Amino acid sequence: MSTARADASDEAPAPSPKTGSRPDAASVAGERDNWQLIVGLEVHVELATATKLFSGSANRFGDEPNTNIDPVTLGLPGALPVLNRQAVELAMRIGVALNCTIQPCSFHRKNYFYPDMPKAYQISQYDVPLNIDGWLDLPDGFRVGIERAHLEEDTGKSTHMGGAGGRIHGSDASLIDFNRAGVPLVEIVSRPDIRTSEQARQYVTELRGILVAIGASDAKMEEGSMRVDANVSVHHPGEPLGTRCEIKNLNSVRSLGRAIEYEASRQIDLLESGATVRQETRHWDEGDGRTHTLRTKEDADDYRYFLEPDLVPLVPDAEWVNAVRTAMPPLPAARRATLADASGAPVTGEAIAVVVDRGQDAYILAVAAAGGDAGRALVHVKEAFADQGDNPVVPAADVAGLTRLELEGALTATQAKAVLADLVENGGGDAAGIAKAKGFEAMDTGALESLVDDAIAANQGAWEKYAGGEDKAIGALVGAVMKASRGQADGGAVTALLQSKRGE
Amino acid sequence: MSAEHTTAIEIASGVRAGERSAVDVLEQHLAAIAQGEGAIHAFNLVLTDEARAAAAAIDAAVAAGNDPGPLAGVPVALKDNMCTRGIPTTCSSKILEGWKPPYDATVVTRLKEAGAVIVGKTNLDEFAMGSSTENSAFGPTRNPHDTSRVPGGSSGGSAASVAAGFAALSFGSDTGGSIRQPAALCGVVGVKPTYGVVSRQGLVAFASSLDQIGPFSHTVADAALAIEVVGGHDPGDSTSIPRPAPDVVTILGDGVEGLRIGRITDLPSGADPDVVERLEAAFDALADAGAKVVDVQVPAFTYGLTAYYLIAPSEASSNLARYDGVRYGLRVDAPDTNSMYMATRAAGFGDEVKRRIMLGTYALSAGYYDAYYGKALKVRRLITDDFNRAYEHADVLLTPASPSVAFPFGDKTDNPLAMYLCDTYTIPSNLSGDPAMSVPFGTGAEGLPVGVQILAPALGEPVMFKVAAELERRAS
Amino acid sequence: MSERISVDDVAKVARLARLDMSTAELERATSQLGDMLEHFADIDELELDDVVAMTQPYHLVNVLRDDVETPSLDRDEVLAAAPEVADRRFKVPPIIGLAD
Repeated sequence: MSTARADASDEAPAPSPKTGSRPDAASVAGERDNWQLIVGLEVHVELATATKLFSGSANRFGDEPNTNIDPVTLGLPGALPVLNRQAVELAMRIGVALNCTIQPCSFHRKNYFYPDMPKAYQISQYDVPLNIDGWLDLPDGFRVGIERAHLEEDTGKSTHMGGAGGRIHGSDASLIDFNRAGVPLVEIVSRPDIRTSEQARQYVTELRGILVAIGASDAKMEEGSMRVDANVSVHHPGEPLGTRCEIKNLNSVRSLGRAIEYEASRQIDLLESGATVRQETRHWDEGDGRTHTLRTKEDADDYRYFLEPDLVPLVPDAEWVNAVRTAMPPLPAARRATLADASGAPVTGEAIAVVVDRGQDAYILAVAAAGGDAGRALVHVKEAFADQGDNPVVPAADVAGLTRLELEGALTATQAKAVLADLVENGGGDAAGIAKAKGFEAMDTGALESLVDDAIAANQGAWEKYAGGEDKAIGALVGAVMKASRGQADGGAVTALLQSKRGE
Repeated sequence: MSAEHTTAIEIASGVRAGERSAVDVLEQHLAAIAQGEGAIHAFNLVLTDEARAAAAAIDAAVAAGNDPGPLAGVPVALKDNMCTRGIPTTCSSKILEGWKPPYDATVVTRLKEAGAVIVGKTNLDEFAMGSSTENSAFGPTRNPHDTSRVPGGSSGGSAASVAAGFAALSFGSDTGGSIRQPAALCGVVGVKPTYGVVSRQGLVAFASSLDQIGPFSHTVADAALAIEVVGGHDPGDSTSIPRPAPDVVTILGDGVEGLRIGRITDLPSGADPDVVERLEAAFDALADAGAKVVDVQVPAFTYGLTAYYLIAPSEASSNLARYDGVRYGLRVDAPDTNSMYMATRAAGFGDEVKRRIMLGTYALSAGYYDAYYGKALKVRRLITDDFNRAYEHADVLLTPASPSVAFPFGDKTDNPLAMYLCDTYTIPSNLSGDPAMSVPFGTGAEGLPVGVQILAPALGEPVMFKVAAELERRAS
Repeated sequence: MSERISVDDVAKVARLARLDMSTAELERATSQLGDMLEHFADIDELELDDVVAMTQPYHLVNVLRDDVETPSLDRDEVLAAAPEVADRRFKVPPIIGLAD
């Protein structure tokens, strides 16, 4: 359950945030040294099924309120749940992708009252969840343990009327839409292995990439199909773990990072001033950059978990598990490695991360298969295909043709960009033909050298500085050549000529 | 109240053959209701107009050469905890007073498809919690044999509706004996099938792992037909057994030659002498018919009451949490949601319901789960294992259905525990999930009906009905 | 009054179950529940360490349904049965004082 209940009772003023970015607790020196940050993340993911977890109403975002309803969704008297096969399939894919053990499991009732809880209990998994004991590796190889990933049903959605900013505080009524009630969720609980806010951000980003790759969810934090709660505590290494606070209402990866940093500092300030950290749930306020008390542990309900008598155990047989394993597509980490091999770019670099995240790595491999250069293609796709989605309109063969011209030296980098822009605008085309139409001809060495000689002659001062060892002076000379050639000279070739004239 | 009643089988065969009019049959039953209902109060709601329309449609179908189904034209009453679309389903509680479900229970759909004519929703102990129908928020039902006495419960209205001739067939629900005990007290047949044989979809849940829907009838044959019509797999109920309804109609004439009838020698005492006498007569009758009476033990039987009164209220406390005034039913206005919950539930639930909710909440709560609910689940296993061992030596077991004949109003209302003891003999079958039924077998004190309970192993409906049919043939 | 359950226990339980009860009602309930729990202590004499809890009468596993949409209930019919409605949604008073 992770919809935030913004019952913002303000406590004593929190330490005011310092200006500038707050460094991670672990990296702050001086009076803050020797603090270790411990973070565990709970991520709720809405599964991409057609229908709800326990009933046949549509699992669809954005429909008119209360139009995807049935007796189970509304908690009507006499309603009975029946488990959605596809939800189990997707939950198993998540388990496999996160290296979990998939086990026979059962469902429990978690009993508590809330207006968006139609049965006044949530059907979830308690002591025997479907997936346990897995892990997720961050791009740099750091391993975060996954304790469990289990199935549970989502709640309805409440909107609050009359209060400031749509919050509960000060509202005079709330309105409930049950379209979302019963939507299948998988709750993924990490072990408290994360030590920095950056690791937390990477964990969520990598997890998202995996969920999208396996088709389990579109995992969009901003839309609520992936919700992240952070458990944060601090302690001195070697000493017992500190009291942890749960942070809710994190609507983006950026908020996650900021909230962890704020919370770490808040806790350190408290402890260093001799106070204690109270175990509680806190609400992140993006507006003021602080966390605020939502509810304390004493308010916590007794959920009275017991086995759901309306359901029977789920025992995924070896055949089903193997089928899920065999059908697993390559995950982002593997795809990054493949793309790095093909393109020569660094596997932890931004270009590879961005392109794989967009799902455009297969496209680059197709360009290579069509005789093109993966390295050049990577650069082009990263820079020009941001809006193209995972199935770019431009035929891979056309981009392949472009990269071949580049490698032959027939096009400068600038010229190549222009041709690429053309390909994107027209949804494809023949690179050579486009280049010719634009008048892009490769300058032969003789013509180039003659331009270089002209530039030297017209810029004697710069030449003498450059020849004398001042490398920076080359800029004026290259600029003169580019101007004279109306941009058609290849910058790299010009530089090489100047270098050789200098005697290198 | 007449001694002769038309059976469902007779009505259906007559209507299907075009020899009887469904409308005429209905009017006879409506006349009985008009004359007798005032004294009995079997119904929360009589569906005069709807029933007339349904009966007319049945006659039209027959006239057009179509077969309306095996219950064609049979006036049927339904316990008011089964969802009927567009028709109030109140569970005899103020918290659901006037609530109209937007859907039909599976059993209701199957009955309609079989041509049944639903004449009304019957009274019950509130949310099926009770053994006398005195816990209804809308007033008690009276036993047609003696209106100063209870009809039993919780399905008192359904039992009385058949006993009084208001319906040829009725349906109730049985969680701890709520079909069998009122059947015994009202002198009719009452059946609790194997858990999972009849769909619970649309039955307002009391205790999910114990509830089952079953029929009340004048004859064993009618009950058998009813089970075949409403029973069988329902994909809408995850606990529904994936098999068709048990085959109980064709075996009714088989007799009991060679069957082993178990007498539980360590059965809890507490049954009145007149009830015990009828049970003994039943053993004699079956022995006379060629069966063999054998002694068996079910040592954990006596712990059934405790296990039940920890398990059932626990599940009920969760099942009844949805009655919170948000989406349907009663709402008592309040300045905030929490206060609204508290006030609504305080006003909407009667004392017995509140008691069981609190008992169940306590039994599940942190620190107490192992001592109460957890322990009760283990006792459930012991009882089931004991039954399974007994069934190695016996084909069916026989016990009283109720410790006594119908008792006067107010006799047990001051002492919840005394009321709970009414279910002593019926509860263990709910815990094990095995089928059981009550068959009228003569009279006891004050000439009031006595029922004998037949217990059978899981999916043992055929042998259970065989024995029931024989007892019915030999009932004095 | 039995020792098995106290008025405080019952008050706590009534709160958990969202049942508003007067002091007199709480005291009466405590007495009745205490008597019941006293009676139910008969199972304490049983040897249960090696006994496996039984939650399901008939052993079934893997009851699943296909991920195929079925028609929604009629919204008007459903909202007509609701205690209070606004803007096609169920309306409730301010959601405060609830632990979740």
